[in-house]
Amino acid sequence: MPKKPTERFHSQPDRHGHFGPYGGRYVPETLMGALAELEREYAKASRDPSFRREFMQRLHHYAGRPTALTEVKRLAKALGVRRAFLKREDLNHTGSHKINNTIGQSLLTLRMGKKRVIAETGAGQHGVATATVCALLGIRCEVYMGEEDVHRQSLNVFRMKLLGAKVNPVRSGSRTLKDAVNEAIRDWVTNVRDTHYIIGSVIGPHPYPRLVRDFQAVIGQEARRQFRVAVGRDPDYAVACVGGGSNSMGLFHPFLASRARLIGVEAAGHGVSSGQHAATLTAGRIGVLHGSRTEVLQDADGQIQLAHSISAGLDYPGVGPEHAYLKSRGRAEYVSATDKEALEGLQALSRLEGIIPALEPAHAIGYLLKNKRRFRRTDTLLICLSGRGDKDVEQVSKVLAL
Amino acid sequence: MTNRIDRTFAALRERRQKAMIAFITAGHPTLTSTVRLAVALEREGVDLLEIGVPFSDPLADGPVIQASSLTALKNGVTVRRVLDMVGQARRSGVRLPILLMSYANPILRYGIRRFAADAARAGVDGVILPDVPPDEGGEIDRVLARRGLHTVYLLAPTSSGERERLVLRRSKGFVYYVSLTGVTGADAKDSSRVIESHVRRARRGSELPVCVGFGVSTPEAARRFCAYSDGVIVGSAIVRELSRTGLSDASAFARRVVRPFVRAVRSVKAGGD
Repeated sequence: MPKKPTERFHSQPDRHGHFGPYGGRYVPETLMGALAELEREYAKASRDPSFRREFMQRLHHYAGRPTALTEVKRLAKALGVRRAFLKREDLNHTGSHKINNTIGQSLLTLRMGKKRVIAETGAGQHGVATATVCALLGIRCEVYMGEEDVHRQSLNVFRMKLLGAKVNPVRSGSRTLKDAVNEAIRDWVTNVRDTHYIIGSVIGPHPYPRLVRDFQAVIGQEARRQFRVAVGRDPDYAVACVGGGSNSMGLFHPFLASRARLIGVEAAGHGVSSGQHAATLTAGRIGVLHGSRTEVLQDADGQIQLAHSISAGLDYPGVGPEHAYLKSRGRAEYVSATDKEALEGLQALSRLEGIIPALEPAHAIGYLLKNKRRFRRTDTLLICLSGRGDKDVEQVSKVLAL
Repeated sequence: MTNRIDRTFAALRERRQKAMIAFITAGHPTLTSTVRLAVALEREGVDLLEIGVPFSDPLADGPVIQASSLTALKNGVTVRRVLDMVGQARRSGVRLPILLMSYANPILRYGIRRFAADAARAGVDGVILPDVPPDEGGEIDRVLARRGLHTVYLLAPTSSGERERLVLRRSKGFVYYVSLTGVTGADAKDSSRVIESHVRRARRGSELPVCVGFGVSTPEAARRFCAYSDGVIVGSAIVRELSRTGLSDASAFARRVVRPFVRAVRSVKAGGD
């Protein structure tokens, strides 16, 4: 239950990019100028009606927005709640919510007159969404991807190449998403004058957590409107998966001042007690990673730990600073679902509703199924279906015997 | 003036000399290397020593220092162990100023108050955290200063005039000028004239010495940078050799790898700038 719906959660961050003790700008001096430039340009763009118009038009004509709000009656019955709805981000062009942010940031790139874009990617969804808009707008694009993930997600690597992007396998550190971010930041430090870094989640130094949130907030804005039309009021619960936290922050933000209870579902991997998980808000401690102060999976000596999740998109040892803040203020609740529970969620949604979700939102479904007793028969649920499952089918086919 | 860093720069100024600052990663190539290297580098004429506290995600570092950090972590290096190494170096008679270079997370995890107290006790004189710009360093500054430790901030070719003033106001001991837009150990791509005019302007804008690091790969580069700065920081060039050859005889290593840099720095006399 929110402490006070009137608390001004939506006015965060402050002008230095702090969400309470979280956020900020922990980067090498070399990047401070570029972050200030991005902040200025974003402030100007936000006041410019033509920017907003172009952003909305591209979301409409290119990404296919607004996405549907689908009532899932058989799932609601299985959960024992009155009504449940899916916000269908899986229906976007490129198959996930990531395109909302890449459209916004690529338009900013053009405004700043930068000729080259870099991005990090884990599962490849953000990499594909970035390569896509760069093709659309004729911007040179390079994507950093951990070597492990390059092997795990070879189809997305091919997609990015098909779209004309260069994919740079990252061989440093653990060769996964966190190292792809390190390498992208190193590239940016080196090429900052002509390059914009499109971060894919609500992480990183200020103004990224705010900027990505604002571009993703279209999810929650549409969903709130659609839900009110369908049900006549706000949902009792809004639920989404959390890796870095962009789809969940996009869903949550327009509901911060409402009575809706917000639940973020992290990836518990083999179980939080196993040590092999990505449940940062459940098991992390405050620290500094990738430019912001936030909750981080780390050992007693302050070294970053490796995350684990069946879903490459949630496999990240940090989390957006605004989520850390919302948790600390009690405005949102963060829970977790294991690999196994996510697979159960994926199968359930496929069979009950004919929708194969990506492994990431399957965590949210899995959590709800396992914890259905916490909900009342009168409750209404809004669930963000952040992406479609096509990218995961091959991997899942190796784990599930049907 | 009680901090060794200030005393060293004052003495160098007196002698009209530039500073040769060496960087090594703690516990690289082995746990016992660091104290031996500290002793040998001081004997070879190094003026200040920077010791890297390894971090799993060193985003300001190039491949050479990244690899050394990974080795150090595999060797079991922690903040506590680095402080022990500094204490041991002091007990072995090392008197040059020692700065720890790390990233925010390991220091915050250790606890900034506890770190300041333990570092001061061990004989550390200053701290450099490349992912903590002055904008975020307020509390760290204050806590370290209470224990007499200096926070050294970085200035970059991309820093605006406003940021330059901020860094000059907040940095203590000296200012670390990042000679290239990039990570440690890369080749300097920025025009040397731009760097030169920037460094000269920063030196005019403050009493603080301004030393140049990140792209000092050869003795010749060291000489060139010293012509218009107060000294150079040599890191990757030393660490690369340590990774390549290991460390058997620290004195022989310092003679072979570091002496040419010291000579280059000593060949430049202040006044010509």
